[in-house]
Parts: sequence; C-alpha cells; structure tokens
Amino acid sequence: MRDQRLWTWHVGAGLVILVFLGLHMAIMHVDAILGVFNRPGSEAIDWANVVTRARSAFFMVTYVVLLGMALFHGLYGLRNILFELNPGDGLKKGLSVLLTVVGVGLFGLGTWAAWASFGLARTL
Amino acid sequence: MAATKALSEVIFRVRRFDPGADAAPRWEEHRLPYTPGMTVLDGLKRLKETVAPGLAWRSSCRMGVCGSCGMFINGRARLACNTQITELGTNVVMVAPLPNFNTIRDLVPDLVQMFDAHQALMPYVIRGDADEMTEPTGEFAQSVHELEQFLQFSYCIRCGCCMAACPTYATDPRYSGPMPLTQAHRYNADTRDDGFATRRTVLAGETGPWRCHFAGECSRVCPKGVDPARAIQLMKRELVLDYLRLRRERCPASVATKPAGIARRDGIPDAPKPTI
Repeated sequence: MRDQRLWTWHVGAGLVILVFLGLHMAIMHVDAILGVFNRPGSEAIDWANVVTRARSAFFMVTYVVLLGMALFHGLYGLRNILFELNPGDGLKKGLSVLLTVVGVGLFGLGTWAAWASFGLARTL
Repeated sequence: MAATKALSEVIFRVRRFDPGADAAPRWEEHRLPYTPGMTVLDGLKRLKETVAPGLAWRSSCRMGVCGSCGMFINGRARLACNTQITELGTNVVMVAPLPNFNTIRDLVPDLVQMFDAHQALMPYVIRGDADEMTEPTGEFAQSVHELEQFLQFSYCIRCGCCMAACPTYATDPRYSGPMPLTQAHRYNADTRDDGFATRRTVLAGETGPWRCHFAGECSRVCPKGVDPARAIQLMKRELVLDYLRLRRERCPASVATKPAGIARRDGIPDAPKPTI
C-alpha cells in the first residue's frame, strides 16, 4: 500500500511540476513574445517585475507548492535509484529517513525564504 | 537463403557448470556439421548424442509451446527450439543458462523464485461465487472487446526469457518481475475475475510494479509476442486510479443465459462433463 501511495504522489507531483514549470517558462522566458505577465517592453528580471511578483500571494504560494512537489518528485526518484543498489533493510530504512529529513528541511528553508521575500516586498 | 547455403559447420560454445564438481562455470567448444532447418535445440541434442553426453538442459515440446528451453543464446534470451541457426547471422552459437537466475547445472536455470512470485500474485480466476466455480452451470458471459483486454497476456508460456532480460530484476530480487506481474494483470483485466482487491495486497507493496523503468527488454525478447512492459504500465495505471478512488469497480461477469427456442440438430453428441 505504501508504494502504491508514494507512486501516485510521484505521478501527481510530476503533473503539478509540469504545469508550474510551464508557468515559469511562460513568465521568465517566453513573455517577450507573449507580453502577458510582465510590463510591456521590460525584461522578466527587471527590478519592478521581480518586486511585483514577490508582492503577489499567488506567486508566493506557487513557489512553495512547486518547491514541495519538486522536492518530493526528485527525492523519491533518488530513493528509487539508491534502492536499485540493493541495500539491506536497515540501510533502506535509514535512506528513507535521511531523504525525508533532507526534504522536510529544504522545504522548510524554501518556504521561509518565499514567505520572507513576500513580506519584504510588501514593505517596499 | 544464401546464408543457409554458405553454412556448413556450426561452432557451439556452451557454458558448462556442475555445482558439485566445478568451482566456476567454463566454456566448451564443439563443432557440428550444419543440417538444413537446424535449431539451437537440434544442435544441443546432437552434441549430447556425440561429444557431450553429460550436457544438461530443459526441453519438451520442440515447438515453442511449453516454455522449457529458454536459454541465453548469442547474448539474448530465446527459446532454443524456436531459434534457427541461420537467423543468428553467424556460425558461432554461444549458449548459456538464462541470466538473473541461479544455475542448477549447465543450461538449467533455477526458476523457483520466479514461480514463487508467480504464485504469490494468484494467477487464477478469483470469484465470490464458490459454487459456480466448483460446479459450473454454464459459461461466463464475455464480449470480444473484453476478451481483447487480456488475450495477448494469456499467450505467456512462463519461459522466463523476460525475467532474464529485465534490468530491474537483475538488481532487485524482491521485484516480482515481468512474467508474474503480467499474469497478475492478465487476471485483473479479465471480466470474469473479481480478485483485484486480493492481488492488490501484494501489488501495492514493495514487490509490485513500481520498480519497473519501462526499459522494454521484456517485450523485445518475448518469444510469444506478449508485451509485459505494457501490462506493467497498465497495472500501474489501475493501481494509481485505485488509490485515487477513480478505478471503475465492476461486477464479475455472470453466467450467460442459454439460448432459448433453438432446437439441437440431430447427431451432435453431448459435451463431456467438466473434470475440474
């Protein structure tokens, strides 16, 4: 049951990443053609555009969701690769715990950074 | 045809190993005259009759049906009876036991682990109506479309070639492997079966289809044209939908009603009584 649950989340996270990375590509790399997300005639990395996005609760939430999904997707994939080296049961459990701790730690750090930049941008 | 005419002699390099006597496997080389239509199995039999009486392998039907003679021939898992020497494109035939299995002797792999995994996935029709299973009153109704959902997977002869070609099974002995998983899907996809929830107890765990990378080697080597890689991906989809509560539950097929109002023609004997 556990592997069925993890695999489903892995696939779901992949789909979320596909949507949000598509959004990232549209905003950061294709908007010069689209002209939808940034101010006309400006670059996506111009200070004014960066601050506008940082003030947006929508972008703050998407950063956190994308971070969580990318971490889960990547670390679960890494776990599968490591498990193919055929470690013993104890080492498997240790690797799972280690990857979970690393994932939760990085997610906490990233969430804090997204929240902090959101608060900072709103004071500007 | 030109290659057949040019071929006069076949060099057999056979891997020999007797665990009771040999410290490690060794290769033996023998030369045989080529005869038209010669298969690898024909060559092995000729070797046993002439120069290697102790050579051991499994074979039975000689026609690609029983699945006994799976071997590693010129770097690929194949059936020895189904492999013409001419189709190898060389007169050097290297024969070894199927990889990913322990070797009992010479070309005889130990398939116990494969059949244990096969048995664990309950490769038979599971239904709630035990009376109908033991004392059938008729045939279960199934459409052609429903039959096509599992038909190709039922052509599997359990030769083990897919298991020998699977890179995941090579590194993870807990992985059930393509043959048992394909057979589990074959019954899960059968509308006469109602055993998905029972098999899920095994499939949803570590030994299930999750380790498959979709390398596709199992499908490439299958001598019967079964597509185990497809079965495994379909099974993953079913299990994901099941976890999300989106899998369409179905009632197992009911007993088909017998046609009414049709008179039996004279001279047609009764069908024999079921023996199982």
